[in-house]
Order: sequence, then structure tokens, then C-alpha cells
Amino acid sequence: MLLKITNLHASIKGKEILKGIDLEVNKGEIHAIMGPNGTGKSTLASVIAGKDEFEVTEGEILYNAKNLMTLSVEERAREGIFLGFQYPVEIPGVSMTNFMRTAVNEIRKYRGLDPLSAGEFLKMMEEKKKLVEITSNLTNRSVNEGFSGGEKKRNEIFQMAMLEPTLAILDETDSGLDIDALRVVANGVNKLRTPENAFVVITHYQRLLEYIIPDFVHVLFEGRIVKSGGKELALELEEKGYDWIKQQH
Amino acid sequence: MEPSASNPITREYLLNLFQENYKKLIAGDTPVLQARREMAIAAFKKLGFPDKKTEDWRSTDLSGSLGLDYHYPLGPSEEKDLQKVFRCDIPHLDTAVIGQLNGWYVSKDVPLIELGNGIIIGSLAEAIKKYPHLIEPHLGQYTNVESNAFAALNAAFTTDGTFIYIPDGVKSEKAVQLVNVIQHRENIFIQSRNLVVLGKGAKLTVVHCDDSYDYQPSFSNIVTEIVLGEGAFLDHYKLQNLNNTSTLVSSNWFHLEKEAQLKSHYISLNGALLRNNTYVRFDGPFGDATIYGLYLMDRKQHIDNYVAVDHASPDCESKELFKGILDEHATGVFNGHILVERDAQRTNAYQNNRNLLLTDTAKINSKPFLEIYNDDVKCSHGSTTGQLDENAMFYLRQRGIGEDNARMLLMFAFADEVVSRIAIEPLRFRIEDMVKKRLQGELQICEQCVLHCSTPEHPVEFRIDLSKI
Ligand SMILES: Nc1ncnc2c1ncn2[C@@H]1O[C@H](COP(=O)(O)OP(=O)(O)O)[C@@H](O)[C@H]1O
Ligand SMILES: [Mg+2]
Repeated sequence: MLLKITNLHASIKGKEILKGIDLEVNKGEIHAIMGPNGTGKSTLASVIAGKDEFEVTEGEILYNAKNLMTLSVEERAREGIFLGFQYPVEIPGVSMTNFMRTAVNEIRKYRGLDPLSAGEFLKMMEEKKKLVEITSNLTNRSVNEGFSGGEKKRNEIFQMAMLEPTLAILDETDSGLDIDALRVVANGVNKLRTPENAFVVITHYQRLLEYIIPDFVHVLFEGRIVKSGGKELALELEEKGYDWIKQQH
Repeated sequence: MEPSASNPITREYLLNLFQENYKKLIAGDTPVLQARREMAIAAFKKLGFPDKKTEDWRSTDLSGSLGLDYHYPLGPSEEKDLQKVFRCDIPHLDTAVIGQLNGWYVSKDVPLIELGNGIIIGSLAEAIKKYPHLIEPHLGQYTNVESNAFAALNAAFTTDGTFIYIPDGVKSEKAVQLVNVIQHRENIFIQSRNLVVLGKGAKLTVVHCDDSYDYQPSFSNIVTEIVLGEGAFLDHYKLQNLNNTSTLVSSNWFHLEKEAQLKSHYISLNGALLRNNTYVRFDGPFGDATIYGLYLMDRKQHIDNYVAVDHASPDCESKELFKGILDEHATGVFNGHILVERDAQRTNAYQNNRNLLLTDTAKINSKPFLEIYNDDVKCSHGSTTGQLDENAMFYLRQRGIGEDNARMLLMFAFADEVVSRIAIEPLRFRIEDMVKKRLQGELQICEQCVLHCSTPEHPVEFRIDLSKI
């Protein structure tokens, strides 16, 4: 099992947001997490990634049988966890090239590999850009600075392609995208998918799941997973709306 | 030539020293210059050193620095060969290097370099002898000795320094690099004086470095007067990398005539106490001055940037951007005074000071002061102080970048807003390299020139041979 979350409780500033999450993800699987706004989807993603604003008060997260709580944010990333941010951060003055080169080489170092030369690295950038259909020269721009909403999301997928994670959590990467951009994002995921990795796709809409076919769909509501099922659950949700869930709880 | 006495820096001691050495001090003066020297010592006698009650010095305490025992060299040291003192090698940077050792021009038997196009570079003392008509209209004419004790003291004691003269219409392709080297086995009090004159439409790049080579405390009082004639352009850089026991009061007085353009950059990397005084006066319309500052301080270091811009003429524009990163117990002051005089219509003046404080114990005191006597102006000032952006830190670390490197990337990005303005590419590469090293705590006060640190991506060796300038 790649990821095993058991009875996870987490709070921020004393307010409990996650109230006992159980989730199991195996290699090769795609999971979708859906749910109304403010129910804790991003919180779950942040807690897995190790954001220290959130305090885990109960439960555990095992990743490749390792207790994630003992690992720093960067160690989790180097172990193969990738978070596609709902709101990618703008970092003026740090170029995409410098950013990605540092990231790739730190991860390689962690895995006992030699750093990529400038030439090898640039070649890799070009390949991955093609994979996610980025034609603009975003590589010499500052990280996310002045990027449009769509460019930012594409950039997340580009970074995912560069870092080749084992577990990728994509937090509403589809929000605010037109259909072309959505297709590009979905294509990126489908091309990167292997039997050795897994994706957790957080989304608000069923739309994305027409392009990325999930093996499992979970509904997160008020800090708990209240329903799990196959891809047909997404359709049911789309039809009946979240009120259907709310009424049941 | 060095008096063996070793004393704290006090008004009484210096007044005495002046009297004892009076003959020597005035030996090279023309009558005009001698009169200015007399005025200066009288002003210093009246003023004494600023203390914490002195306006503009409230947040910078000099008493610790002044109170040490120093030697007072009143003449050049024996060393005549600049290359024995240091070697400078910014790859690809085509510079003429002028060296000063402990405040004294190092001549190597060529006190004045005179080029075919009329450019003169060299010893100020020698230039006074040979070209008094080029010096007298300027030397001491832009500083205000009546109110500035360090300017007064400097004018009273200095007899040499560097003189740079670019005649009307001459655009110097070479940058002039002026290196103040401090090398002394004992504590030393240094004063030096420089004069840079750009004629009408002249163009020049000056890189002015303050470096120490050993670890003894020093106190430097450096005054540079810089005249930009009508339509002249000056790209000016001040680099400071002194040891952790050294104090520097560095004052640059810029005088801009009509349509003159100044770009000035202060990069302060190290030193116990650094005070940069920058005075800009627009003496004709359509002048343009941009002043950038970057300071990276840690331990108990203190940096004080005082910038006074005098919009004495209409239609001029001034822009200031000073950015600082303060770590550990470092303290900083930014004092930005913009004066818009009554007749200075259509003035644009912008000022911005931004600081990153890496610890709770680091402190910055940022004081903008706008004094405006005209309605038709656009003025703005801003000041921010904060920590590293936590969301950016999380984003970088989530991609596998370690905490230290993530901090480094963000700090460098912060600094880069200033570094990226450096127009000369080889110089920018070198300063980027120095800033990176500084942020990583690896920048040393080298045994050789600090600018000597190698840049792996631009490994070209470049030695300067003074005889060929
Ligand atoms: N930094 C924070 N400070 C305080 N409350 C927060 C913070 N981040 C999230 N929350 C709260 O946690 C709850 C869940 O938020 P979030 O995980 O972003 O929901 P979702 O992603 O499902 O829309 C919300 O009530 C939100 O207000
Ligand atoms: Mg969310």
C-alpha cells in the first residue's frame, strides 16, 4: 500500500478541520476526492504534504510504510509526494529554471544520484514542456509571477512532470480552466500515469473526471469521508448535488 | 611617515594633530584651497563629532567606534606597487583600476594617467599641483562643512585621494575602479578624499570598493565629490566588504547639472558599522537620479543609509530603492530625506525601503522625511519590514528544496531586485556571486582582494596591468 491514512484529526489555530479521515491508496490507482467548499479537502492535502500550520492531533499517515509525521516537508517531497496547489504561489525573483533545477537536483541527491548538468537539465525541461503542451517560454520567468490562472495550473502539471512523483495530489487543478486547458491538464496526468504511481485528484466538478477516469471517488464532508464508491458516484453527485450529502448528515 | 601615537578619535586630539602637522597639511594647497582647509577645521572645531542627540545620528551610535585607539597616518605608506597589495579580476570587465592604501593613492611612479582624449585619472595631490584650475572650482564646493562634521574633518586633513576627470563630450568606454584597501597591523584611522568631474555630455562608470584585508579595527571617513556636467551620465557603484571590527563613514556628494543622469548603487556586504551618506542636488532642470541600495548584515553589524535628495530645480526625477536583509542581532537605519524646493515644479520623487528581518533580534529603523515647498509634484514613499514569505517557503520545500536552500532562494530573489539593476554584466555576475556567498555565510575578507573569489561559470582570468592603462 502506498498511502494509508487512519483516523486522521487535524486542526488549525485550535479549530478542528479534519475529524477522523480514513483513506487507502495503492500504486496504480487514481482517487478522486470531492466535496463542498470549506470541508477540508485542501487541509487534507496540506497535512499530507506536511504544512506545519496544521496540527495533527490524532491518527496517522503511513506512506510506503513510513510514518510521515517524522518527515519534513522537503523529505516527503523527496520521497515522492507532490502537491499541485489550489493557489500556486508567486515568487518574484526566483526563475522557473533555477527553481526546478534546484528541486530536481536536491531530489536526485537524496536518492544518491549525481546532479544533472545544465545541458541535461535544459533538455529535460524542453521534453516536459512538450508533454504538458507549454509553448511559451515560461522557463525564464519568475515562478508563477504574472501567470494567468490557466498558466499557473499548467505550471503545476509541468512541475509534476519534472519531478515524477510517486504520489501526486492535485488540489482543484481544474478550477477556473477552460476546456482546452482542462484537456491539457488531464492529458498530463494520463501520460504520467504508470503502475508505479498514484494520483489523488481533488475536484469540485465531475467534469475533470470525464478526462481522468478515477478508480475510486470519495466524498469529503465536514472533515470526514462520508461516502466512497466507483466513478459512478461522481455522476450521482453531479446529478443530485451536494445537498443530497448534506441532508444525509 | 606614520605618527606612532595611538589615541581614541576625539575633537581635542584631532585639533592638536592638525596644529602639529599644519605645515605638512597645507604644503600642497593653493591659496584658495588653504582657505577652505582653514574654514573646515574651524567648522569641525565648532561641530565636534555627532552623538545620539544630533539630528540624523539618533539611531547610530558612534561612541564605541570612536573610542578605540587608532593610529593616524598623515602620509602614504611605503608601498608603491598596487599589485603587491591586491589583484582584481572581474572577468570581462574592462576597468582601469585605481588603488588607495589606507586612504593614500598608490602611485607606482605614475601619479597621473593622462589619456589622449583628455581623461585624467590619478592622485588628487598631483592634480592640484598640475591642474589647479580643474580642481579649485569643485573641491570642497559641494560638501557642507558647516553642518557635517565628517565632511569638515575630512576637508581639514586630507591632502590626497583620487581625481577623475572626463572632459566635455568624452564617453569613457572603460570603467574606472577605485579600490580603497585597508591593510595595517594596528588599528587605523583613515581619511580619504576623491573628486570626480564629468564634463558636459561626458559618460563614465565608476566602481568604488571599500575593502579590508586584515582583521584590525579601522575607522574610515571617506568623502567623494562627484560633479555631473550638463547631460553627463554616471553609472556609479559602491561596494563595501569590510571586516567585522571596521567602521566606515562614506559620504558621496553628487552635483547634477541640467539633464544629467545618475545611477548609483550601494552594495553593503560586511562591516561592523557602515554609514553611507548620499547627497544628491539637482542644480539644473531635467536631471534624473536613481539610487539603489542593498545591505546584508548579521551578527551585531549596523548599517545606516542616509539619503538626501535636494530638488533645487524643476522637472527632475529621483528614485530610491533600498533593500536590506538583517539577520541575528544586526540593526539598520534608513533615513531618506527628499527636499522639494519652491521653484522645483513638476518634480517626481519616489522612495522605497524594504527590509527582511530574519530574527526577532534584528531591527530596522526606517524614516522617510519629505519636505515639499511646491504643489506641482509627484512624491511617494514606502517602507515595508517583514519576514520570509511562509507560503513561498512551503511551496519551494514541497518541491523537495531543503529549508536552507529555500531561504537562500527567497533571500537572493529579494536582493535580486537591486542586483539585477547592475548594468554591466560581468560586474553583475560578480556581485551576484558575492551576494550568494554572503547569504551562505561564505564570503570572506580575503587575503587577496575580495573581488578575487572565483566565479565558476565565468572562469576567465583577467589581470590588470597598470602600466597599460
Ligand atoms: N490558514 C487557515 N486559518 C484558519 N482557518 C483555515 C485555514 N485554512 C483553512 N481553514 C479553514 O478550514 C476549513 C477547511 O478549509 P479547506 O481545507 O481549504 O476546505 P476546502 O479545500 O474543502 O474548500 C475552512 O473552514 C477554512 O476556513
Ligand atoms: Mg480547497
